[in-house]
Amino acid sequence: MLKPVNILMVGVGGQGTILASRILALAAQEAGYDLKVSEIHGMAQRGGSVVTQVRLGEKVYSPLIPTGGVDVLLAFEKLEGLRLLPSLKPGGTIIINEQEIPPVPVLTGAAEYPQNILEFIRSVTPNTVSIDAYSIAKECGNPKAANVVLLGVMARNLPIERGIWEKALGQRVPAKLLEVNKAAFAAGYDYK
Amino acid sequence: MKELLSGNEAIARGAFESGVTVAAAYPGTPSTEILENFARYPGIYAEWAPNEKVAMEVGIGASMAGARTLVAMKHVGVNVAADPLLTFAYTGVNGGFVLVSADDPGMHSSQNEQDNRHYARFAKIPLLEPCDSQEARDMVGLALEISEQFDTPVMLRTTTRVAHSQSFVETGEPRKGTVRGYVKNAKKYLMVPAFARLRRAALEVRLAGLREYSEKSPLNFIEWRDKSVGVITSGISYQYVREALPDVSVLKLGMTNPLPEGLIRQFAASVSRLFVIEELEPFIEEQVKAMGLAVSGKELIPNTGELDAGIISGKFIEAGLKPAVQNTVVKPDLQDAPVVPGRPPVLCPGCPHRGIFYILKRLKLNVTGDIGCYTLSGLPPLEAMDCCICMGASIGAAHGMGKADPALAGRTVAVIGDSTFLHSGITGLLNMVYNKGAGTVIILDNSTTAMTGHQQHPGTGLSLMGETAPAVDLEALVRALGVKRVRVVDPLDLTETQKAVQEETEAGEPSVIIARRPCVLLTKVAEPAIMVQSEKCIGCKACIRLGCPAISMKGKTARVDPLACTGCGLCPQVCVEAALVKGGKTGA
Repeated sequence: MLKPVNILMVGVGGQGTILASRILALAAQEAGYDLKVSEIHGMAQRGGSVVTQVRLGEKVYSPLIPTGGVDVLLAFEKLEGLRLLPSLKPGGTIIINEQEIPPVPVLTGAAEYPQNILEFIRSVTPNTVSIDAYSIAKECGNPKAANVVLLGVMARNLPIERGIWEKALGQRVPAKLLEVNKAAFAAGYDYK
Repeated sequence: MKELLSGNEAIARGAFESGVTVAAAYPGTPSTEILENFARYPGIYAEWAPNEKVAMEVGIGASMAGARTLVAMKHVGVNVAADPLLTFAYTGVNGGFVLVSADDPGMHSSQNEQDNRHYARFAKIPLLEPCDSQEARDMVGLALEISEQFDTPVMLRTTTRVAHSQSFVETGEPRKGTVRGYVKNAKKYLMVPAFARLRRAALEVRLAGLREYSEKSPLNFIEWRDKSVGVITSGISYQYVREALPDVSVLKLGMTNPLPEGLIRQFAASVSRLFVIEELEPFIEEQVKAMGLAVSGKELIPNTGELDAGIISGKFIEAGLKPAVQNTVVKPDLQDAPVVPGRPPVLCPGCPHRGIFYILKRLKLNVTGDIGCYTLSGLPPLEAMDCCICMGASIGAAHGMGKADPALAGRTVAVIGDSTFLHSGITGLLNMVYNKGAGTVIILDNSTTAMTGHQQHPGTGLSLMGETAPAVDLEALVRALGVKRVRVVDPLDLTETQKAVQEETEAGEPSVIIARRPCVLLTKVAEPAIMVQSEKCIGCKACIRLGCPAISMKGKTARVDPLACTGCGLCPQVCVEAALVKGGKTGA
């Protein structure tokens, strides 16, 4: 892998993007990659957009993904996926959760939540995987594990073996939640 | 051991390993996690000071007493601490002293993006700039060695992308520290004019030594590649250069004050074209130009906002210095994309600040604001704040407005958080009393430093190291400053709050309202969620104007998200039809 793989994780505060990036970082480390993770926090608790950049490869210099250079866009929320779509490299993959979390301008009626996000994204991005991670996580036993469902979908797109992912999951998730999260990861990994 | 650490975690680790035993700071993004992490190590002392100036002075005392010392703050914090810093540069140290300045290019969480490298040059002290977490850890130790060898405070300057990015760090074992003993030395530490003149001369001698050091320091090194283009760079910009221009020769400067002039001349002489690529101001570039060298920099690279590899790449392609990338894949056309509504940060559901700002807007008052979560009240739909400049500015600004136009005095309130008031609001209030102002100051007392992630302060009753501490009595404090009209309200009681604001603004003398209720993120008390009785709702949107993320309109009826609602009880108070009532099940 000469060039780093660029992963952009986007969502809304409280959706568990940070935990997902920690599991990813550990798996990448175990797989022997160089790694940089960059996150802007401070606004996370206040309902703002949350963006985490993860880059892995033989040698990674910049912690920032070059403009328009995202290989995998992992969107925990539909609108945030659309917002960051211009960052995706031509030919890149978007994995998008079908969940909608209306932002305040929508709540107050100053703006509308777009109706046709998935259709539009599919029309311009051949590699689109959309998934109702919330419902799948709920079936697995806890809707809060939606982040791990999404991580599972992304995992099969990355050059890291499944066993390494499962080990990383065990080290980053509290023991009492591990079974639910294992199921959530598997549901994502095997998602058709 | 190899660990994935953020720049801030790495600085804390470096400080621990290098024998730092005293650290002080005031929280500020992107510096906060340095002290939070350092405080967890054994055998050290760390504290939150009420502001950066005090943190700096505590650090100066610790260094004079012989301890290796670290003081950390965000870039604008150095403005507050500049007074002691610039004279500490004269006295020099006893125990090694490192000041971490965490700058915020792009203003992710700041009111400006000043380039604090200028402070190091201004104060005539050494400046180190790490480019990743490994360097952040290593440079703390080096900074302390330089500090002790040259008898000077040292600035370690990070930026958001160093402070908050994680990369691998090879950590080591802590050094067995011996604290140098305190030795009285008035000629060194007592900066009266006669002694200060001596130290002023010593400062120049020290700088000459540091210039020599900078020439030979392994912190400054050349990576020879293609010599047709040579780039001088420092800090995070080094990473962007390596990625955007992998084939060019690079002079990487880890120590950027004083600059290694000889090394720069040697590098310049060996490359066909010389560039400086640095984020924000042309700090290195102007000095290289002053050396009489032909160099390009800011005519190519922007001096506003953050850099990244893409910007550098694009500018070099534009200038014909790098071949354009031939894209085989066509970029999709996003012109027909649906309009994306913004997702601005907002006050949390149940935030006690919301009640105050709702009333201030209703009363159409002028509101001078301050720094904290509550600054978000300036955004729609509350739009209840007129200005925000810096920590503590709200009170002086309100007083000044009243002096400029007495008609404004009864129409203007200053709004300031508890941590910010203790940081630098006290003197402003003292001034308002002394100079017979007539403003009203509202202290939003949520019992924490919320914006930066809930740090303790002198009003919370706990210290950074988790011990119980005396908590300041705010009412007694403001009374002692001479304020006669002091009252406490619950900001979630709109009737009481409105009455207090009306009476105090009309009083014609300085007054303080303490709006007291802990941050909703600290109190996990589960009140029943608010329910909407749909048959009563007339769709007037009065509740929507509170700007609560838990409330939305579903068609013509208000809807409350029971998972987000904390049951704070504010929206029932604005509902004229009594359609909103307590009693639902909260998800909190």
